[in-house]
Amino acid sequence: MKIDPDRGEPEEVAGAESVEVGASVMRGGMSRRRFSQVLGAGLLVTVRWDGTAAQSGQSRSGRGSPRVAARIHIGQDGAITVMSGKVEMGQGARAELSQAAAEELRVPAGRIQMVMADTRLTPDDGITAGSRTTPSTVPAVRQGAAAARRILERLAARRWQVAPAAVRARDGEIVEEATGRRLSYAVLAGEGDFAVAFDEAIPANVEVTPVREWKVLGTSVGRPNGRDLITGAHRFPSDLTRPGMLYGKVLRAPSYGARLGSVDLTMAQAMPGVVAVRDGSFVGVAAPTKQRSREALAAIERTAEWAPAPHPSSDDVYDYLRRRASGGVPANPFAADLDAGASLLRQTYRTAYVQHAPLETRAALAEWEGDRLTVWAGTQNPFGYHSELARALGLTSDRVRVVVPDFGSGFGGKHTGEAAIEAARLARAAGRPVLVHWTREEEFSWAYFRPAAVIEIEASLDRQGRLASWHFVNINSGGAAVDTPYRAGKTRCRYVPSDPPLRQGSYRALAAVANNFAREAFMDELAAAAKADPLEFRLAHLENPRIRAVLEEMARRFRWAERMKSRPPEGVGYGLACGTEKGSVVATGVEIAIDPAQNHRIIVRRICEVFECGAILNPDNLRAQVEGCILMGLGPALREEMRFKEGRMLNPRFGDYGPPRMSDLPELDIQLLDRPDLASAGGGETPIIAVAPAIANAVYHATGHRIHALPIRLPA
Amino acid sequence: MEKTIALTVNGRLQTVTTDPARPLLEVLREDLGLTGAKLGCGEGQCGACTVLVGSRAVASCITPVGDLEGRSIRTIEGLAPSQTLHPVQQAFLDEKGFQCGYCTPGMILATVALLEAQPNPSDAQIRARLEGHLCRCCGFPNILRSVRRAVRAGGATP
Ligand code: FES
Ligand code: FES
Repeated sequence: MKIDPDRGEPEEVAGAESVEVGASVMRGGMSRRRFSQVLGAGLLVTVRWDGTAAQSGQSRSGRGSPRVAARIHIGQDGAITVMSGKVEMGQGARAELSQAAAEELRVPAGRIQMVMADTRLTPDDGITAGSRTTPSTVPAVRQGAAAARRILERLAARRWQVAPAAVRARDGEIVEEATGRRLSYAVLAGEGDFAVAFDEAIPANVEVTPVREWKVLGTSVGRPNGRDLITGAHRFPSDLTRPGMLYGKVLRAPSYGARLGSVDLTMAQAMPGVVAVRDGSFVGVAAPTKQRSREALAAIERTAEWAPAPHPSSDDVYDYLRRRASGGVPANPFAADLDAGASLLRQTYRTAYVQHAPLETRAALAEWEGDRLTVWAGTQNPFGYHSELARALGLTSDRVRVVVPDFGSGFGGKHTGEAAIEAARLARAAGRPVLVHWTREEEFSWAYFRPAAVIEIEASLDRQGRLASWHFVNINSGGAAVDTPYRAGKTRCRYVPSDPPLRQGSYRALAAVANNFAREAFMDELAAAAKADPLEFRLAHLENPRIRAVLEEMARRFRWAERMKSRPPEGVGYGLACGTEKGSVVATGVEIAIDPAQNHRIIVRRICEVFECGAILNPDNLRAQVEGCILMGLGPALREEMRFKEGRMLNPRFGDYGPPRMSDLPELDIQLLDRPDLASAGGGETPIIAVAPAIANAVYHATGHRIHALPIRLPA
Repeated sequence: MEKTIALTVNGRLQTVTTDPARPLLEVLREDLGLTGAKLGCGEGQCGACTVLVGSRAVASCITPVGDLEGRSIRTIEGLAPSQTLHPVQQAFLDEKGFQCGYCTPGMILATVALLEAQPNPSDAQIRARLEGHLCRCCGFPNILRSVRRAVRAGGATP
């Protein structure tokens, strides 16, 4: 979904390209035979999604080519199965997609069986990221399920020799309204040749149930496998075992860019049960226990000789990135022709490299059968992983299968296949299945990072205190939410890549956190220069009605105007921020206190957030995502920063890195605005983007110090 | 040097013959097939590996198995031996006190230990007890709601 920058309204999501119907007993293609093996005979509906609904910006499949977005199968035993390439990592896709199918098939969500993220069974629906499941996969599943319902209705009508309009799906059965006679989906799915049920082709855009009639969507369906999570029965990728499995471990360079010279494997190879391999710069071991694999690797480490390479430190990294800005840092073209009486303000903002630090680190179990490879792994990108593996191991795609069990969170950090490639290489060498489960230190050092940013803004105010020009440059961290929602006479916003010293990739909301931090902190500086209240100043420049709505609602709940009337108590401050990204809008207000007893620590006491992402699909899940975003956002705002020097991470431990904990939990007042009239957008990212700037603005309010960097540090 | 160590795990006597320096977490997961306790850091800083030794919640990732001769250990798998959930588990299920669920066994066992020692803890006591437990999904509000519900439901005993 794209946002029209002027109006901020989401475009209608494009419809399905086609809905394909077939019997899974059919002789048809290989894939159908495979489904019938797995799911038994029945009705199979395949939804193709056209390119406009493709993964924006990150898609591996080309835009414009319809691809299979979901499959829905109704078996002769009545089982309803949805097959989706999406993964579940705590964000709630499993519940949401079963709700979508259940709604259209008129059954409770518990009747739907989800098969997710298995590259042999499920369609390639792209990566699970960018808040795409809600606006893209949910509509596809709804269309497919609505088509299936329509087929079942027609089959029943034909059997009874009545008009299709005389029958209706209800609770897993087709019912004839007039007589009350009924046929179960199971019986109808046994009909066999579904094509003859139609005297017309199924339209590409099957009508789906309107929001006002939703019974399953819009309700707080819980995680379908929730019970397994609280009993310990669920097997996360790192919990999996296979007969004869070994634990793998890989030799890491002592510093970034160091090259391996000589290394001696003989000590490790002499240990009982240990396999040790070297293949170029890849050195690893596999052993019957993790303990033995650590010992074996330690023996190898002692013999390894490395040639280090120069690497900047985290203190120098901002200059480093700025100097390497691709094509140089663009100058502000508006600075030269300021109107009389206008004032020009400029500021530079920085945000640090941070780690996603999912609680389950990268884990992959690889097993070979001849030249066929199966990998079970925690990744947001099963199909990308699949091709990465095929490439790295020289296999054709049909020799690889990637299965993704529900895993221990990602936040944009699990798109790459390092652990799987390592496990596959070790498993090939050992002739046995191998599990590679990264240590916390490996995850902190060798996974990719959310990029550091240098952001330069210049803006001018006219004599009336209105924004006359706005020039915004993000160096290195990305273009998400780089455009300003505020009206200015002249505007230019851009992202300039650099040549980063660390691996970097996506993170919850990507660069929208950095860009929104810089913009919203600077908006407060501009408001002060214009002698305006921060809320009033924003509203005076804000046209997007959805942002205005959340901002005004937040200000009302947070009693902004009242709070601004009097001076807050010593050491206390209030701040606000707002923004939009990925089709949703957010506004955040915070109250902070500086605690002189705790070395002037910033205590976030209270957060009020109003969030709107169209029609709400699952209120409890959305609330959990919003709460998770807010609290996760406290980390990089207050403490989280990867510090490095001479190519080594200095703080690759939770204790030194400082992610949010229970003691950081402020009083929360969260309001979710439901907009049944708007298409649903994802809610797992945007709620994070206004947290850091609201805190920064509150810190200024409390201390008089403007904040120009994340994490926020007060002068000593 | 391997040693034979006798432990009671979830009410059953088990003997393991292994290097006594191995962390309890790895013995539970690799030797006994109990994967409910998770590795989150291996350094005692996240609580994902929490199990109960006697009545105390401990970080099994930094507890050498050799120190546990004769001790009684409870893991998440042993909390609800029948179909009925432990009240703390039920409370986490009812309040949706998990997102990815990776921290959840540790959170639940820490709560069980807290409520066994103090059936009616204040919010401050709950927060203090869970301070060592990271949830990277940052589901702390629902976790707190879950613990409060468990307290209301009468706490620790099934
Ligand atoms: S894994 Fe034991 S405390 Fe983190
Ligand atoms: S639920 Fe994911 S770490 Fe707590």
